Amino acid sequence: MLTISSIAADALAYGMVLFVISIGLSVTMGLMKVVNLAHGAFAMIGGYIASYMVQQMGMPFGIGLLIAVAGTILIAIPLERLLYRRIYGASDLTQVLMTIGITFAIIGLANFIFGPTLKTIPLPSQLQGPVNLGFRSIAAHKIFAAAVGVVVAGALWFLIERTPFGVRLRASVDDAPMAGALGVKTSWVYAVSFAIAIGLAALGGVVGAQLLPVEPYYALRYMVTFLVVVSVGGAGSIPGALLAALLLGAVNTAGRYYVPEYGEFFFYAAVIAIVSIFPNGLLGRAK
Amino acid sequence: MTDTALSTTPVQPVATPTQRPFMRDLFAVGVIVVIAVAGFFLLPTNLALLTHIVAVMLLVLSLDLVTGYAGVATLGHAALYGAGAYAAGIAATKFGIVDPIAMLGIGAVGGALVGLLSSAVILRGHGLSQLVLSIAVVQLVREAANKASGWTGGSDGLSGIAPTPLLGLFRFDLYGRTAFIMAVVLLILVFIALRIIVRSPFGMLCRGIKEDKVRVRAMGAPVYTTLVKLYVISGAVAGLGGALAAVTTKVVGLDSVSFEMSAEAMVMLVLGGTGQLFGAMLGTLVFIWFEDMVSTINPFHWLTIIGALLVIVVLFAPKGFMGAGNALIKALQRRSGGAK
Repeated sequence: MLTISSIAADALAYGMVLFVISIGLSVTMGLMKVVNLAHGAFAMIGGYIASYMVQQMGMPFGIGLLIAVAGTILIAIPLERLLYRRIYGASDLTQVLMTIGITFAIIGLANFIFGPTLKTIPLPSQLQGPVNLGFRSIAAHKIFAAAVGVVVAGALWFLIERTPFGVRLRASVDDAPMAGALGVKTSWVYAVSFAIAIGLAALGGVVGAQLLPVEPYYALRYMVTFLVVVSVGGAGSIPGALLAALLLGAVNTAGRYYVPEYGEFFFYAAVIAIVSIFPNGLLGRAK
Repeated sequence: MTDTALSTTPVQPVATPTQRPFMRDLFAVGVIVVIAVAGFFLLPTNLALLTHIVAVMLLVLSLDLVTGYAGVATLGHAALYGAGAYAAGIAATKFGIVDPIAMLGIGAVGGALVGLLSSAVILRGHGLSQLVLSIAVVQLVREAANKASGWTGGSDGLSGIAPTPLLGLFRFDLYGRTAFIMAVVLLILVFIALRIIVRSPFGMLCRGIKEDKVRVRAMGAPVYTTLVKLYVISGAVAGLGGALAAVTTKVVGLDSVSFEMSAEAMVMLVLGGTGQLFGAMLGTLVFIWFEDMVSTINPFHWLTIIGALLVIVVLFAPKGFMGAGNALIKALQRRSGGAK
């Protein structure tokens, strides 16, 4: 029984981290129709900034987290202006290739600046050590990761479904020329959505640094996982991404506990089965 | 430049390539031979690298078939290459089939089989789901190869491949001369075969599917089975590449079935230019050549450079080196025509 509950705790934390990072990708892919393979690279940049701020500059974890999110967005805005804007509406392959190019360049630069070693982000004392839940104790940072996931899911849902900005965003997605004709500044809406997506990537990169350690190949190593979560959940769907992240997190964690010698075999077998049956993802809109 | 200068210039008739496909193919084969001969004599110590380039060229050519001609977006094509490599390697180490030609044949069959199987999965998706399915296929094959370490050597790699002399006459020497010549001959044969295939009615049908699937179906042509057939051909070519690598390097590693390899193959194809076969070879040559040069200094500089290059090509030269080269030649012809 001990294993089942500890698998469940690990799966929940891992799934929530996957969700926080992937939901940003789901937004760019589902709402803005950009296959952004550099998404993982932005999560990595967030992790690097937080690590530098907390470890080298001695800042508190919370401040480091905020600076990481803001700094990553600042880095991403010129990229959106100069590069991404040119590939809105281009073919999947074009988008994949350009964003792979950006990913390669960021990996090279990250290694040049920070070196090839793993970077850690020291946790504040409140998040260290186990928390007793009565029936068993769970590492505090895992609970924190899960809580962040819940907050992100709720906030995004509120933003998209219940605010004037959400209305403009959904209008721009459904029919950009018509939304523009009605006075919605679509390019501004896209830029803000992109910034939110990148900010979420950075947030996930920092919060998940205990589970997905920050190093230069982070951008390529976990990118496939994020892409898979979005595809299984259905691009643009918040509940879909949550469901897919938790499901795939559970499959992966259970696989690592019970049949470690198979590596990620069952993870990808599950992906093939789900995507073959639901080509638009579990909760995606039919195209 | 004045009007009189223009009018006195005799206009050079330029044969458009599409009008004389046979001459163009002959020219292309000539270019391959010239580059191969130059490489053989100018870089006698680097023949192993050149042979590796030829093996990867076969993979990228095979990718060009499905992506450049039929428009299937895949980031998992190394599964076919790795299947060929492992098929040839296992045949040699476990079944004692050590004749190099037979190993190449087995590799082609292995690649074609995995091409058939993976097409059943990959063709189910479109757009994003197709990309994800193709990645999942290559990762699944890799995990399977890792698990079946009794057959594949797992993460240690499959070693102990000892091919007999080629045709019973030419030993695989230390400098890799035999291996390189065999590789180039194989490349030329595959190139000619692919030229014939892409120009056949079957090849035209594939291009039609890329342009407009719905219309091809409305004409009464089978879309799905055509793509499956193309995938089998593509798998055979990629399998040949993998088997060539297995025969010439005498080891097969897990990196031959990896997402990274698949993504790099796609990058090479796009750098060179899709849908024209020659672009696939050019892109591979340039990519691996520069990779070898730059990564001896620092492997991460290489990643930065290739990343920046990829962004530039996608934004400013979407037809790759081949497209940029053609445009440059045309511009120069106009310029020299006007300046004289």
